[in-house]
Amino acid sequence: MSYQLPPVWTKLQQHAVFPEFNHDERARYNFLANLNRFVSTVIAPGNKLAYERRVEPQFVQEHGRSFADRFEVGEAMKKDPVYQMWAALRRSTMEMRQQNGRAVVLRQANQLAAKVAEELKGTETLQLKADFKVPPYLTHVDNHLMPGSYHTEYFPGDVSNAANYDSGLFVTSGGMLGSLTDGGGRAIAAWVKETYPDFHPKRILDIGCGLGHNTLPIALAFPDAEVIGIDAGAPMLRYGAARAHALGVPNVKFIQADAASMKEFANESFDWVQTTMFLHETGGKSIHTIFREINRVLKNGGLNLHIEQPQYTPEMSMYEQFMRDWDAYYNAEPYWGHMHDLEPADLMVEAGVPSDKFMQVGVKAINDLDKKKQDGKVTEDYGRSPIWNVFGGWKSTVK
Amino acid sequence: MKTELSGSHAGGSVPETSAADAVNDIVMAGNKSKGGRPYFLEDPAVERVLNISMAIAADLAVLHERLDTIERLLEAKGHLNRKEIEGYVPDDTAAEERQAWHARFSARILRIVQQEVEAVANPANNVPMRTIADEINEM
Repeated sequence: MSYQLPPVWTKLQQHAVFPEFNHDERARYNFLANLNRFVSTVIAPGNKLAYERRVEPQFVQEHGRSFADRFEVGEAMKKDPVYQMWAALRRSTMEMRQQNGRAVVLRQANQLAAKVAEELKGTETLQLKADFKVPPYLTHVDNHLMPGSYHTEYFPGDVSNAANYDSGLFVTSGGMLGSLTDGGGRAIAAWVKETYPDFHPKRILDIGCGLGHNTLPIALAFPDAEVIGIDAGAPMLRYGAARAHALGVPNVKFIQADAASMKEFANESFDWVQTTMFLHETGGKSIHTIFREINRVLKNGGLNLHIEQPQYTPEMSMYEQFMRDWDAYYNAEPYWGHMHDLEPADLMVEAGVPSDKFMQVGVKAINDLDKKKQDGKVTEDYGRSPIWNVFGGWKSTVK
Repeated sequence: MKTELSGSHAGGSVPETSAADAVNDIVMAGNKSKGGRPYFLEDPAVERVLNISMAIAADLAVLHERLDTIERLLEAKGHLNRKEIEGYVPDDTAAEERQAWHARFSARILRIVQQEVEAVANPANNVPMRTIADEINEM
C-alpha cells in the first residue's frame, strides 16, 4: 500500500475573516501535517507492538496477571523506549502547532479584530455579555495546549485564539475534517436527515459551538430552522459570527452563555439540542447540570444528540483505553478520561430521554477533500480516522 | 511590539500594520499552556534537545518549500518576484510532489525511531553484532 499524503494546507477554504498566511507560514503547517502523519502512521503502531511483545509479557511475568486498568498500562508503557519517543514527538508537534499558529495570528491581531468588526457591521447575530463568568472547568486548563484556551482575549475585540484554532485544526486533524474543518457537523446533519426524514426542527441549539465549525453544516442542512450556537469564549463567538456571515449562512446566531445555566432560553424552547466534541471539555459536576439544563430547554419529543470520542467500555482493550486516554493528560483535555468512563444512557436519563429512547451509533466525518473515500458506510477503525460515537435520544416526558 | 521584529527575512514581507501594543507576538507565540509539562524520555535534557531539533527540522522543511517555490517560479516565468512567492499556491501535481517530499523528510529525520519499531517487529534481524561476528567466524 502506498504512503497516504495529507492534503496541503492551502486546500483549507479561506473566508473573509481568515488570517493571512505568508509563504513560509503555510509551509510550516505543511511540514507539521506531514510530521503528524508520519508519527501517527509509522511510529505510533510501534506502541502496540511494544505493548504486545514486551510490555505486557513482562508485566505478566512480574505480577502473574495482566493489567487491571489503563493506568497500570500507562505506568508500564512509560518505561518503553518506543512509547517514550512517540509520546515526546507527539507532544512536541502539538506545542509546535500552537506556537506556529499563534505566531501567525498574533502578528496580525489588530487587522483580524478589524476584519471581524467590519464583517459584523449591521448584523445582529452576535450576543456577548460584559459580565459573563467563564465556567471554572474552562479557566482551569488550556484545552489542547492552547495558551489562553477559548476564552482569553488579549485586548477588546480580539479574536486571535479563535483564528488560531480555525487555521490550525486542519493541521492537527491532517485535513481529515475537510476544507472548512466541518466534517463532524456535516456528518451529523446528513445522519439526522437520512435517519429521520420527517424531522423538521424549527429551533436548534448547539452547545459549546466554538467558532461554529460544526454549527454551520446543521444550519445549512436545515435552512428553515433558527440555529443558535452558545459558547463561553467571546473570541470564538465573535469570530464565529463573522465567519458565518462571510460564508453566507444567515440562520445562525452566536450567543455567549453558560451551558449549565442557560437563563436566556425558555423551558421547552428547542426542537433539537446538539453538542459536538464538547462534553469531554466540561467537568465532572457540570456535565450533570448541563444535561439537566438540556432537559429543561428541550421540547417534549425533541432530539438530544451528542458527538463524542468512543466511550471506554468493558469490551475495549486496556491498551486501547490507555492510548485513547493519552490526550486527557498530555493534550490537556483532563476531563476526557473520566467523561469516557460514564455510561451515556445514564446521562440521557438525566436529560429526560428514557432508556428505551436511547440510541448510539458510529458516524464518520464527511470530508469534502477526500470524496473518493466517501462510500456512505460507517466503518469501525480505531486508528486516527475521525470516526465518532453519536449518542442521544428523543425526550419523552411521561405525563 | 514594532513591526520590524515581527516579519522574518525568510518569511517575506513585513506586515503593514503591527499587532496590538499589548501583544508581544514573538514571545507570546511560544507561551506555555497551563499544567506541568510531561517529559517522556528518561532524561529531560534529551527531550529538550529533541524539541530544539524538531523546531530546526521544521524550518529546514520551510526553507526547502520556499526554495521549491522559487525554482518552480523561475522555471515557469524566467524571473523572480517576491510578491509572487508570497502568493504562490501549488497546483495539485506540485502539491502532491511537495507532500511526498515532506513525507520523505519526516522519514529521514525519524529514521532511528522507525528502525526501533522495526527491531521490535523483526527480532530475528536484531541480533547483537558480537553474536553475529561469532556466528560468522563459524561459517
